[in-house]
Amino acid sequence: MALTNRSKQVTVRELTWSERLYLPAIFKGMMITLSHIFKRTPTVKYPDQIREMAPVYRGQHVLKRDEAGAERCTACGLCAVACPAEAITMESAERKKGEESLYREEKYARIYEINMLRCIFCGLCEEACPKEAIFLTDRIVPSSFTRGEEVFGKDKLVEPNDARVDVSKRQRKEVLEFKKDKKHLHNLTYQDARPKVTAHH
Amino acid sequence: MAKVTIDGITIEVPDGTTILNAARMIGGDIVPPTMCYHSKLKTSGGYCRTCLVKVSKGSEKDPRPMPKPVASCRTTVMDGMEVQNLLSPEVLEARAGVVEFLLANHPLDCPVCDQAGECDLQNLAYENGKMGTRYEFQKREFEKIDIGDKIQLHMTRCILCYRCVKTADQVTDGRVHGVLNRGDVSEISTYIQNAIDNDFSGNMIDVCPVGALTDKTFRFKSRVWYTKPVDAHRDCPKCSGKVRLWYKGEEVLRVTGRKDQYGEVQDWICNDCRFEKKKTSDWVIEGPAHIQRDSVISANHYESLKALKATIDRQRKSLPHGHKTTLGHGALDPNNTH
Repeated sequence: MALTNRSKQVTVRELTWSERLYLPAIFKGMMITLSHIFKRTPTVKYPDQIREMAPVYRGQHVLKRDEAGAERCTACGLCAVACPAEAITMESAERKKGEESLYREEKYARIYEINMLRCIFCGLCEEACPKEAIFLTDRIVPSSFTRGEEVFGKDKLVEPNDARVDVSKRQRKEVLEFKKDKKHLHNLTYQDARPKVTAHH
Repeated sequence: MAKVTIDGITIEVPDGTTILNAARMIGGDIVPPTMCYHSKLKTSGGYCRTCLVKVSKGSEKDPRPMPKPVASCRTTVMDGMEVQNLLSPEVLEARAGVVEFLLANHPLDCPVCDQAGECDLQNLAYENGKMGTRYEFQKREFEKIDIGDKIQLHMTRCILCYRCVKTADQVTDGRVHGVLNRGDVSEISTYIQNAIDNDFSGNMIDVCPVGALTDKTFRFKSRVWYTKPVDAHRDCPKCSGKVRLWYKGEEVLRVTGRKDQYGEVQDWICNDCRFEKKKTSDWVIEGPAHIQRDSVISANHYESLKALKATIDRQRKSLPHGHKTTLGHGALDPNNTH
């Protein structure tokens, strides 16, 4: 049963004399090849030349710090559970006294690994994150010679304090507006005055 | 015996049964959610108001409806009583209000909380609550309290269900914690930071419906949905020894009591079983624990293999005698539901 009307009946017939010469067919093919010399080249010479990317391009991940430089990730595991490729693993630890400037919440990711060979760059981790910690960026994941190098740990994922990664273009205007509102505890940094204990003893 | 109709389903129950327990005898979606009621704890219930139902007909003798929603865990059935739970928009509205009240002072720190994934309040809020809150004031904040070296108390997460207090009263001897102060400043605490130290104190962790009382030996070890629950038992001189082990790989990360479908502990276990016996060699493994399908813990849970085996066994038995078969004949066909 034909599913579409585009199917063609295939027949094996004798080639004609001109077809058996092959010359017209070769000439036709060469003309197509030659015509491409005069067309614009679609490739770019990466990395000397970098093509402009969409602001929402999904490339290498970044683990963000907050304005005060503390890591936002609290190792809640929602990115890992959302990940369809099971590329994310993490191990959590408890923040000690004196580490408040390093980690935002009382729990943080001691180990955070993304296997870039497994990752399909779907962006579900970014969507699942309740702490605005993980984002995909327009950076391309560098190639490497071994598989082990493609498992990115916190050293490659967390943004350095002196070289912040801008992800504001990925976020909708409403979200950026919401983040300015310091009424929500979510938007406060540790240094901001937190609500004081009101009901303890 | 009393005949009671809940959401149009009639059941006959012994006199003195509460509406909640009558609903549980029927089972299914019509069972009101509970936070503070616990079937194994006497006098529990009546604090959280999540089990509110509407009594549209008081009894056969006095058919007047009750004037306002009642707590089903504390109201006993009467003969001919008619109760509405899911069928009453008024009840659903009231319950959404209760959820909003319970969350008014709850910090919503689920990403940090160890209870997330098996938290009654999380489930309640998702199923019965509304998005957002109208509460504009600062939430209560407390310091964390270490109750002994094994249990940690986060008062900020507490919903004052009193379950842990009743557990200490009824399961252990010599309660040293309770509810201090009154009204909106009341809190669970020990008087002058007493360590709670007796053989059954760990059960407080299991009865806590939220993340207020958590196991310090499991603190931040793993999210619960990455651990695999397994039922196991051992010969324990102090308790029943029937527990649930939570594995991550080869490692037992924590030991808890077994909870039933309503999240209530079936058998109390002692602190030795809970905190000290964390090796597989200490236990006799019974098999994967039953996890409800809508729970996040059920993801990748291997219980389904057990279910498959049961299906195959059942099908084999249903075949005519002497008819030997291998796994063919559609036994493994997922569409074959016979």
